[in-house]
Amino acid sequence: MSPFAGLTLGVVVTYLSLVVALPLAALIWKSTKSGKTGFWQSLTSPEAVAALKLTLAASLAVALINAITGTVIAWVLVRDEFPGKGVVNALIDLPFALPTIVAGLTMLALYGPHSPVGIDVAYTRTAIVLALLFVTLPFVVRTVQPVLQELDRELEEAAESLGASSWQTFWRVVFPNLLPGILSGVALAFAKAVGEFGSVVIITGNLPFKTEVSSVYIFGQIESGNTSGAAAASVVLLAISFGVLLLIGALRRWATRHHA
Amino acid sequence: MRKLTLRTVALGYLALILLGPLSIVFWRAFEKGFGPAWSAVTTPDAVHAFRLTLEIAAIAVPANAIFGVLCALLIVRHPFPGKGLLNALVDLPLALSPVVVGFALFLLYGRTGWFGSWLSAHGIQILFAMPSMILATAFVSIPFVVREVVPVLREIGTDQEQAAETLGASQWQVFRRITYPAIRWAVAYGVVLTTARSLGEYGAVSVVSGRLAGQTETATLYVSDRYENFDIVGAYAASVVLALIAILVLLTMNILRPKEGVH
Repeated sequence: MSPFAGLTLGVVVTYLSLVVALPLAALIWKSTKSGKTGFWQSLTSPEAVAALKLTLAASLAVALINAITGTVIAWVLVRDEFPGKGVVNALIDLPFALPTIVAGLTMLALYGPHSPVGIDVAYTRTAIVLALLFVTLPFVVRTVQPVLQELDRELEEAAESLGASSWQTFWRVVFPNLLPGILSGVALAFAKAVGEFGSVVIITGNLPFKTEVSSVYIFGQIESGNTSGAAAASVVLLAISFGVLLLIGALRRWATRHHA
Repeated sequence: MRKLTLRTVALGYLALILLGPLSIVFWRAFEKGFGPAWSAVTTPDAVHAFRLTLEIAAIAVPANAIFGVLCALLIVRHPFPGKGLLNALVDLPLALSPVVVGFALFLLYGRTGWFGSWLSAHGIQILFAMPSMILATAFVSIPFVVREVVPVLREIGTDQEQAAETLGASQWQVFRRITYPAIRWAVAYGVVLTTARSLGEYGAVSVVSGRLAGQTETATLYVSDRYENFDIVGAYAASVVLALIAILVLLTMNILRPKEGVH
């Protein structure tokens, strides 16, 4: 390794340790401090379990809805032509650029107690799903769109000339090509939904056992000084995040093998 | 016909989930006219909150930009044992709850944390002060420059860099004259994403800041503080400013996007 590369390695590792690795080590260390039984007790407290169940169920629902809506939106953005398409395409990234707390406030304004459209879902699980749909919108669209753009139209034309219906062409020719993209988008959306805080904290009203998701539960435990409980739940979220990232890595390798 | 159905479904969904909520922020903020909204975002606390947000971004974004370029160079050009772990740690903020990020910093720098007693003995305040807010912001926005630069570095290959080295260019000259011009649009795009993420960060700073109005309150914390104090106009007016910044970010992303991968 050249001196230049050595120096780069040193800077990168130091920075990453300071900003990311060291805090995570402190978190894991904290979760082990209360011992196996203490950890288990914090982990299985009824409130923590209820929050985690709700988080996983809502995130799964949101990920699946995104699989469909995200693919449809990507399809329309690539294959359809209509006035204003450029603006719509640019707006897809809005949920990324808009602070999550503002997203939560806007969802509450539209679908809350003073809703101008007469829909009030504030402090319900529906509200959680709506907020999560907002913040996860870009993921599937942005992973499917480039694949669709590069997809060879001739394959579809060949299938159609051989007598395949347009439905068959989609399922047998287009869909298998899109699948890795859809799945990585879905996985990212799921991970984002599991950890989401800002957009759900206002609109759910934080009712334990009813609308309290894990990140809000952790925040509450920190505020009330129960750091062991917060640490146990945090470690679970950390494990889920790592798991999803591993899955996405595997999906990427699978997709590139298909391309080769 | 099928095309029209799909278009209706896609645009209808976007209207419900995206456009509706966005337009209502503007409506709510200016419901009582422009005057109250303007005075709401020019209170000393509001101005301080926006300034603090910018100050934090002014440190976290350049730090992450330099780190991002170096990290991408390392991943693509100088593979080393432990690359997998490095990759995983860089990607982690994309998937990890910001509350967990803030809590991890809390455990490290808090009074009972690893560095807590040493820091308080030396009178250094990290938690509930700007340093921890910068660290939290840097953590959540670390992946973006790396993720934009890595694919471009892979694509351009090493032919030109090797040619330059053969001709006697130093490593710094190679980077300055060959590598950097090729990746600069990717860096710019990554910096825009990093900035957007930094300005909008809420969960992590909410844990580490202590949320003292006029002291450790960022723009996003100010929004939620106003909301919790039933100052609806104040909350929405500050939200409008943040939404306008978000729209500015989208415009910049759109200008930079076609240049992705173009050398």
